[in-house]
Amino acid sequence: MIAIDVDHFTPYSSLIGGLIIGVAVVLFFITSGRLAGISGIISNTLERNENKFSNVLFLIGLVLGPLVYIFFTKKDVVFNMTSSLPLIIIGGLFVGIGTEIARGCTSGHGICGISRFSSRSIVATIIFMSCAIITVFLLQFSGSS
Amino acid sequence: MYNNIFSLISGLIFGIGLTIAGMTNPAKVIAFLNITGIWDPSLIFVMGGAIVFTAPCFYLLKDKRKPFFTSSFQIPDIKDIDRKLILGSSLFGIGWGMIGLCPGPAICSIAFIALQPLSIVFVVAMIGGFYFTKFLKI
Repeated sequence: MIAIDVDHFTPYSSLIGGLIIGVAVVLFFITSGRLAGISGIISNTLERNENKFSNVLFLIGLVLGPLVYIFFTKKDVVFNMTSSLPLIIIGGLFVGIGTEIARGCTSGHGICGISRFSSRSIVATIIFMSCAIITVFLLQFSGSS
Repeated sequence: MYNNIFSLISGLIFGIGLTIAGMTNPAKVIAFLNITGIWDPSLIFVMGGAIVFTAPCFYLLKDKRKPFFTSSFQIPDIKDIDRKLILGSSLFGIGWGMIGLCPGPAICSIAFIALQPLSIVFVVAMIGGFYFTKFLKI
Protein backbone atom coordinates (compact mmCIF):
# COMPACT_ATOMS: atom_id res chain seq x y z
CA MET A 1 0.00 0.00 0.00
CA ILE A 2 1.51 3.31 -1.08
CA ALA A 3 0.70 6.47 0.88
CA ILE A 4 1.23 9.71 -1.07
CA ASP A 5 2.48 12.78 0.77
CA VAL A 6 -0.08 15.23 -0.69
CA ASP A 7 1.18 18.17 1.38
CA HIS A 8 4.65 18.10 -0.17
CA PHE A 9 3.79 16.72 -3.62
CA THR A 10 4.85 19.30 -6.24
CA PRO A 11 4.16 17.80 -9.68
CA TYR A 12 4.03 21.11 -11.56
CA SER A 13 7.15 22.79 -10.22
CA SER A 14 9.06 19.50 -10.42
CA LEU A 15 7.99 19.01 -14.05
CA ILE A 16 8.93 22.60 -14.95
CA GLY A 17 12.26 22.21 -13.12
CA GLY A 18 12.88 18.97 -15.03
CA LEU A 19 12.14 20.62 -18.38
CA ILE A 20 14.52 23.47 -17.52
CA ILE A 21 17.24 20.91 -16.67
CA GLY A 22 16.58 19.38 -20.12
CA VAL A 23 17.06 22.82 -21.73
CA ALA A 24 20.42 23.16 -19.93
CA VAL A 25 21.55 19.69 -21.06
CA VAL A 26 20.64 20.38 -24.71
CA LEU A 27 22.17 23.88 -24.67
CA PHE A 28 25.44 22.52 -23.24
CA PHE A 29 25.46 19.70 -25.79
CA ILE A 30 24.81 21.86 -28.85
CA THR A 31 27.30 24.58 -27.86
CA SER A 32 30.19 22.53 -26.41
CA GLY A 33 29.47 19.08 -27.87
CA ARG A 34 29.62 17.51 -24.42
CA LEU A 35 27.08 15.74 -22.21
CA ALA A 36 26.15 17.52 -18.97
CA GLY A 37 26.89 14.69 -16.56
CA ILE A 38 27.77 16.53 -13.36
CA SER A 39 29.99 13.84 -11.80
CA GLY A 40 31.97 13.72 -15.07
CA ILE A 41 32.33 17.50 -15.13
CA ILE A 42 33.60 17.53 -11.52
CA SER A 43 35.99 14.64 -12.04
CA ASN A 44 37.35 16.13 -15.30
CA THR A 45 37.87 19.47 -13.55
CA LEU A 46 39.95 17.72 -10.89
CA GLU A 47 41.91 15.36 -13.11
CA ARG A 48 42.33 16.86 -16.57
CA ASN A 49 43.50 20.10 -18.11
CA GLU A 50 41.32 19.72 -21.19
CA ASN A 51 38.19 21.93 -20.95
CA LYS A 52 39.16 22.88 -17.40
CA PHE A 53 38.01 26.50 -17.63
CA SER A 54 34.73 25.54 -19.31
CA ASN A 55 34.07 22.90 -16.61
CA VAL A 56 34.83 25.30 -13.75
CA LEU A 57 32.46 27.87 -15.28
CA PHE A 58 29.69 25.26 -15.55
CA LEU A 59 30.12 24.40 -11.85
CA ILE A 60 30.14 28.09 -10.87
CA GLY A 61 26.88 28.45 -12.82
CA LEU A 62 25.47 25.52 -10.88
CA VAL A 63 26.22 27.24 -7.54
CA LEU A 64 24.82 30.54 -8.84
CA GLY A 65 21.58 28.86 -10.01
CA PRO A 66 19.79 28.75 -6.63
CA LEU A 67 21.13 32.21 -5.69
CA VAL A 68 19.89 33.81 -8.92
CA TYR A 69 16.51 32.10 -8.49
CA ILE A 70 16.16 33.37 -4.89
CA PHE A 71 17.34 36.86 -5.89
CA PHE A 72 14.78 37.28 -8.67
CA THR A 73 11.78 35.48 -7.18
CA LYS A 74 12.36 36.47 -3.53
CA LYS A 75 11.10 33.00 -2.65
CA ASP A 76 12.42 30.94 0.24
CA VAL A 77 14.23 27.83 -0.92
CA VAL A 78 14.29 25.02 1.61
CA PHE A 79 17.54 23.20 2.27
CA ASN A 80 16.92 20.59 4.93
CA MET A 81 19.73 18.15 5.65
CA THR A 82 19.51 16.56 9.09
CA SER A 83 22.03 13.74 8.70
CA SER A 84 24.81 13.34 11.27
CA LEU A 85 28.38 14.41 10.44
CA PRO A 86 29.81 10.86 10.11
CA LEU A 87 26.94 9.88 7.80
CA ILE A 88 27.53 12.99 5.64
CA ILE A 89 31.22 12.12 5.28
CA ILE A 90 30.54 8.46 4.41
CA GLY A 91 27.69 9.43 2.06
CA GLY A 92 29.87 12.00 0.26
CA LEU A 93 32.71 9.47 -0.14
CA PHE A 94 30.33 6.83 -1.52
CA VAL A 95 28.80 9.29 -4.02
CA GLY A 96 32.28 10.38 -5.20
CA ILE A 97 33.75 6.87 -5.46
CA GLY A 98 30.57 5.32 -6.90
CA THR A 99 29.95 7.89 -9.65
CA GLU A 100 33.64 7.86 -10.61
CA ILE A 101 33.70 4.05 -10.95
CA ALA A 102 30.33 3.93 -12.76
CA ARG A 103 31.28 7.01 -14.84
CA GLY A 104 28.00 8.81 -14.28
CA CYS A 105 25.37 9.95 -11.81
CA THR A 106 21.71 11.04 -11.86
CA SER A 107 22.43 13.51 -14.67
CA GLY A 108 25.02 11.58 -16.72
CA HIS A 109 23.28 8.20 -16.64
CA GLY A 110 19.76 9.15 -15.47
CA ILE A 111 19.11 12.05 -17.86
CA CYS A 112 21.75 12.17 -20.65
CA GLY A 113 22.22 8.40 -20.92
CA ILE A 114 18.54 7.44 -20.85
CA SER A 115 17.80 10.22 -23.38
CA ARG A 116 20.34 8.52 -25.72
CA PHE A 117 18.68 5.13 -25.00
CA SER A 118 22.02 3.80 -23.67
CA SER A 119 21.46 0.37 -22.14
CA ARG A 120 24.47 0.95 -19.88
CA SER A 121 22.81 4.05 -18.43
CA ILE A 122 19.41 2.38 -18.05
CA VAL A 123 21.05 -0.42 -16.02
CA ALA A 124 23.03 2.11 -13.94
CA THR A 125 19.86 4.13 -13.18
CA ILE A 126 17.89 1.06 -12.11
CA ILE A 127 20.75 0.00 -9.81
CA PHE A 128 21.38 3.36 -8.13
CA MET A 129 17.66 4.03 -7.69
CA SER A 130 17.11 0.60 -6.13
CA CYS A 131 20.14 0.90 -3.84
CA ALA A 132 19.06 4.40 -2.73
CA ILE A 133 15.50 3.20 -1.97
CA ILE A 134 16.81 0.21 0.04
CA THR A 135 19.27 2.46 1.93
CA VAL A 136 16.51 4.93 2.87
CA PHE A 137 14.32 2.04 3.98
CA LEU A 138 17.06 0.55 6.17
CA LEU A 139 17.96 3.92 7.70
CA GLN A 140 14.30 4.71 8.48
CA PHE A 141 13.88 1.20 9.84
CA SER A 142 16.86 1.49 12.16
CA GLY A 143 15.87 5.07 13.04
CA SER A 144 19.38 6.37 12.45
CA SER A 145 18.81 8.77 9.56
CA MET B 1 35.31 32.00 -25.78
CA TYR B 2 31.64 31.46 -26.66
CA ASN B 3 32.03 27.88 -25.52
CA ASN B 4 33.01 29.12 -22.04
CA ILE B 5 30.19 31.66 -21.85
CA PHE B 6 27.66 28.99 -22.75
CA SER B 7 29.16 26.59 -20.18
CA LEU B 8 28.45 29.17 -17.49
CA ILE B 9 24.93 29.80 -18.83
CA SER B 10 24.20 26.05 -19.09
CA GLY B 11 25.38 25.49 -15.51
CA LEU B 12 23.27 28.42 -14.33
CA ILE B 13 20.12 27.13 -16.09
CA PHE B 14 20.81 23.62 -14.74
CA GLY B 15 21.08 25.03 -11.20
CA ILE B 16 17.85 27.04 -11.56
CA GLY B 17 16.09 23.89 -12.85
CA LEU B 18 17.29 21.82 -9.89
CA THR B 19 16.11 24.56 -7.50
CA ILE B 20 12.62 24.88 -9.02
CA ALA B 21 12.32 21.09 -9.19
CA GLY B 22 13.02 20.74 -5.45
CA MET B 23 16.06 18.49 -6.00
CA THR B 24 18.30 20.86 -4.03
CA ASN B 25 16.49 19.94 -0.81
CA PRO B 26 17.91 16.64 0.58
CA ALA B 27 14.77 16.08 2.71
CA LYS B 28 12.60 16.11 -0.45
CA VAL B 29 14.91 13.63 -2.20
CA ILE B 30 14.76 11.31 0.83
CA ALA B 31 10.93 11.64 0.86
CA PHE B 32 10.96 10.53 -2.80
CA LEU B 33 13.19 7.53 -2.10
CA ASN B 34 11.13 6.57 0.96
CA ILE B 35 8.48 4.61 -0.97
CA THR B 36 7.37 2.58 2.04
CA GLY B 37 6.80 5.70 4.15
CA ILE B 38 4.65 8.71 3.25
CA TRP B 39 5.84 9.00 -0.33
CA ASP B 40 6.50 12.23 -2.24
CA PRO B 41 6.61 11.16 -5.93
CA SER B 42 7.57 14.66 -7.21
CA LEU B 43 11.05 13.72 -8.39
CA ILE B 44 9.67 11.30 -10.99
CA PHE B 45 8.46 14.46 -12.71
CA VAL B 46 11.97 15.97 -12.60
CA MET B 47 13.69 13.10 -14.37
CA GLY B 48 10.64 12.58 -16.60
CA GLY B 49 10.51 16.27 -17.60
CA ALA B 50 14.24 16.36 -18.33
CA ILE B 51 14.12 13.19 -20.48
CA VAL B 52 10.93 14.25 -22.32
CA PHE B 53 12.75 17.39 -23.46
CA THR B 54 16.25 15.96 -23.96
CA ALA B 55 15.52 12.66 -25.78
CA PRO B 56 13.76 14.20 -28.84
CA CYS B 57 16.41 16.96 -29.04
CA PHE B 58 19.23 14.39 -29.01
CA TYR B 59 17.39 12.45 -31.70
CA LEU B 60 17.04 15.55 -33.89
CA LEU B 61 20.73 16.40 -33.37
CA LYS B 62 22.06 12.94 -34.18
CA ASP B 63 23.06 13.79 -37.75
CA LYS B 64 24.58 17.15 -36.88
CA ARG B 65 28.31 17.06 -37.67
CA LYS B 66 29.69 19.50 -35.14
CA PRO B 67 28.56 21.63 -32.19
CA PHE B 68 28.42 25.45 -32.47
CA PHE B 69 31.61 26.37 -30.63
CA THR B 70 33.87 23.30 -30.48
CA SER B 71 35.25 20.97 -33.13
CA SER B 72 33.34 17.76 -32.35
CA PHE B 73 30.70 16.03 -30.25
CA GLN B 74 32.13 13.95 -27.40
CA ILE B 75 29.92 10.97 -26.67
CA PRO B 76 31.07 8.07 -24.47
CA ASP B 77 31.87 5.00 -26.55
CA ILE B 78 31.84 2.40 -23.75
CA LYS B 79 28.93 0.03 -24.10
CA ASP B 80 29.84 -2.68 -21.57
CA ILE B 81 27.59 -3.43 -18.66
CA ASP B 82 30.46 -4.55 -16.47
CA ARG B 83 31.43 -5.05 -12.84
CA LYS B 84 32.54 -1.41 -12.54
CA LEU B 85 29.17 -0.06 -13.68
CA ILE B 86 27.28 -2.29 -11.25
CA LEU B 87 29.61 -1.77 -8.28
CA GLY B 88 29.88 2.00 -8.85
CA SER B 89 26.15 2.54 -9.31
CA SER B 90 25.43 0.51 -6.15
CA LEU B 91 27.87 2.56 -4.06
CA PHE B 92 26.50 5.79 -5.51
CA GLY B 93 22.92 4.72 -4.73
CA ILE B 94 23.82 3.90 -1.12
CA GLY B 95 25.53 7.30 -0.65
CA TRP B 96 22.62 9.13 -2.31
CA GLY B 97 20.10 7.35 -0.09
CA MET B 98 22.11 8.12 3.06
CA ILE B 99 22.04 11.91 2.59
CA GLY B 100 19.76 12.82 -0.33
CA LEU B 101 22.44 14.61 -2.35
CA CYS B 102 23.73 13.52 -5.77
CA PRO B 103 26.60 15.40 -7.48
CA GLY B 104 24.57 18.21 -9.14
CA PRO B 105 22.56 19.23 -6.06
CA ALA B 106 25.72 18.75 -3.95
CA ILE B 107 27.46 21.49 -5.96
CA CYS B 108 24.29 23.66 -5.72
CA SER B 109 24.30 23.11 -1.95
CA ILE B 110 27.40 25.33 -1.70
CA ALA B 111 24.88 28.17 -2.28
CA PHE B 112 23.12 27.14 0.96
CA ILE B 113 26.25 27.16 3.10
CA ALA B 114 24.82 29.93 5.30
CA LEU B 115 21.72 27.80 6.00
CA GLN B 116 23.60 24.54 6.53
CA PRO B 117 27.40 24.75 6.85
CA LEU B 118 27.65 20.94 6.74
CA SER B 119 26.79 21.01 3.01
CA ILE B 120 30.44 21.80 2.29
CA VAL B 121 31.49 18.68 4.25
CA PHE B 122 29.54 16.51 1.80
CA VAL B 123 31.14 18.27 -1.20
CA VAL B 124 34.66 17.87 0.24
CA ALA B 125 34.03 14.17 1.03
CA MET B 126 32.64 13.63 -2.49
CA ILE B 127 35.73 15.26 -4.06
CA GLY B 128 37.87 13.10 -1.75
CA GLY B 129 36.00 10.11 -3.18
CA PHE B 130 36.85 11.15 -6.75
CA TYR B 131 40.57 11.42 -5.86
CA PHE B 132 40.55 8.20 -3.82
CA THR B 133 39.17 6.27 -6.81
CA LYS B 134 42.24 7.16 -8.87
CA PHE B 135 44.30 5.02 -6.48
CA LEU B 136 41.87 2.11 -6.48
CA LYS B 137 42.58 -0.80 -8.78
CA ILE B 138 39.13 -1.91 -9.84
